[in-house]
Amino acid sequence: MPDLVLDVHDLHVGYGKVEALHGASIQIRSGQIVTVIGPNGAGKSTMLNAIMGCLPGRGEVRFLGQSLAGLDVEQRVARGMSLVPETRELFNSMSVADNLLLGSYRRYRAREPRHDDQMDYVFQLFPRLMERYKQEAGTLSGGERQMLAVGRALMAKPTLLMLDEPSLGLAPLIVKDIFRIIDRLRETGVSTLLIEQNARAALDVADYGYVLETGDMVLEGQASDLAKNPKVIETYLGLAKKHND
Amino acid sequence: MDFSIAAILAQDGVSTGAIYALLALATVLLFSVTRIIFLPQGEFVAFGALTMAAMQSGKFAGTANLLLVFGMVAFLMELYDAVKQFRVVGHTAGLSKTLLIAAGKYLIFPLVVFAVAKTVPTAHMPMLVQAALTLAIVVPMGPLIYRVAFQSLAEASVLVLLIVSVGVHFALVGIGLVIFGAEGSRTTPFSDASYQFGTVTVTGQSAAIVGVSILLIGILYVFFERTLVGKALRATAVNRLGARLMGIGTAQAGRLAFTLAAGMGALSGILIAPITTVYYDTGFLIGLKGFVGAIIGGLASYPVAAVGALLVGLLESYSSFWASGFKEVIVFTLVIPVLLWRSFSSGHQDEEE
Ligand SMILES: Nc1ncnc2c1ncn2[C@@H]1O[C@H](COP(=O)(O)OP(=O)(O)OP(=O)(O)O)[C@@H](O)[C@H]1O
Ligand SMILES: [Mg+2]
Repeated sequence: MPDLVLDVHDLHVGYGKVEALHGASIQIRSGQIVTVIGPNGAGKSTMLNAIMGCLPGRGEVRFLGQSLAGLDVEQRVARGMSLVPETRELFNSMSVADNLLLGSYRRYRAREPRHDDQMDYVFQLFPRLMERYKQEAGTLSGGERQMLAVGRALMAKPTLLMLDEPSLGLAPLIVKDIFRIIDRLRETGVSTLLIEQNARAALDVADYGYVLETGDMVLEGQASDLAKNPKVIETYLGLAKKHND
Repeated sequence: MDFSIAAILAQDGVSTGAIYALLALATVLLFSVTRIIFLPQGEFVAFGALTMAAMQSGKFAGTANLLLVFGMVAFLMELYDAVKQFRVVGHTAGLSKTLLIAAGKYLIFPLVVFAVAKTVPTAHMPMLVQAALTLAIVVPMGPLIYRVAFQSLAEASVLVLLIVSVGVHFALVGIGLVIFGAEGSRTTPFSDASYQFGTVTVTGQSAAIVGVSILLIGILYVFFERTLVGKALRATAVNRLGARLMGIGTAQAGRLAFTLAAGMGALSGILIAPITTVYYDTGFLIGLKGFVGAIIGGLASYPVAAVGALLVGLLESYSSFWASGFKEVIVFTLVIPVLLWRSFSSGHQDEEE
């Protein structure tokens, strides 16, 4: 496997005439957790959606050494990319079990013999989902919905997992849980691109980090170094601390 | 009206209602997966019935020609897309495979079906073989129509899709006239049997129609509830973006939905051909009654749509007894109170969500 899982170079994304991302470059190595932090409206979700092919962008995106130009969302999924979008996009009128099963659709299409074999692992990570097995996804609580979204993505056994604010709107205790699980995902060998408002927790769990502000990458570095950076502490960590504890 | 007449009318109503139910289900399926209000659903019925009739009378079914033409157009579109993709990507890896698959689906398969239709003396074959060949000709037209007319419009609004659907309807009716001419046809009944229940006689034909319809609905139920591909179709209907993020392609789901819809339409045509004379333009009225059922189900609920279509069949059958001149008027007037009821009871459901 090539060492670089994701290599984004000078990615520009706009909505109509307005550019929301002015040339972002990020790299993710195999097995790494990389985080992108930044304030509201910085363009984090925009970047993630463009990498996944949900939004058109200009610039180079390479996955496992190959250019993704001209590939649509489905084809990117087939190559092993998986996105948990900010909006989650669950199948609300279907059961938790069906949502999870559908997560394994890419492996089914690839004719893998045991395409749903990640189910046990997902239940191990999120025992709550097992209790809600037959319940409709639309009736889950906010936290359970996040768990289902992440669980569903894991069913595809992706090479690259992209999470857009997995802790959004969760109680502090569950936030801790989610980050513990993201850390635990290392054991599966998956590489993770994590978008977060909760900068402290994100930098704690990540190996490498980027700071995105109003469409520009302003800082990058080892996550532990970023956490010590005075500018980051002032703008992001101080705030996060107040909110978290 | 005495009991035995009422029973005959009920039998009539239930068997045509079963056909309408199949068409209503197909309409709901197409709308929920692709957001297309597919008016030409009835054309599959006419094509199915008339293809079957042509085979029984030993004539070559002109729909096989049509299949070839559709296939070629679809292949050219694939080719065009491939060239466009090549301009973006700059290399041919993957594209040649895509084109090879497209050639198989859009050129070779129609050619094989065409050759069989051309050479096999269908008039003397068992009815099951005729039906199978009819399905082999008409069913692939579903995904082909989707590919040619709708696939590139996946992001278009419901209204644009509806306008295209009206266009496809007129095109298909026109093509039907060219292929089959203006005179109608009927096929031989599957069975002359009749069963006596007390004073009520049930014809084998009605029993076959209802039986096949129920069987088909059962198969569809299992498909959607138990298989991953069926669930993937439902997922596309529930949340298109969510489905794409699972690797379920919109175009792929659309093709599958159209295959199923064409299959249900063509099968309805085969079932109904022995009891009514079908003309090149009969499909529209039949399809429209299925559509009324689908509307009763709010284009969303399969069971309500099926029951609604069954009621349409019964209503039509009884009104043809009391006021035969007005039977279509009565059936279609029914749409108005139903629409009112739906718009009051369901509140405002945006179709985009
Ligand atoms: N569909 C859209 N049309 C037009 N502008 C948009 C659209 N989506 C986002 N934007 C704009 O693009 C910019 C970046 O938005 P984006 O959602 O990527 O921010 P974000 O970093 O994910 O913020 P948050 O942390 O609040 O989720 C914002 O200014 C936003 O208003
Ligand atoms: Mg966002």
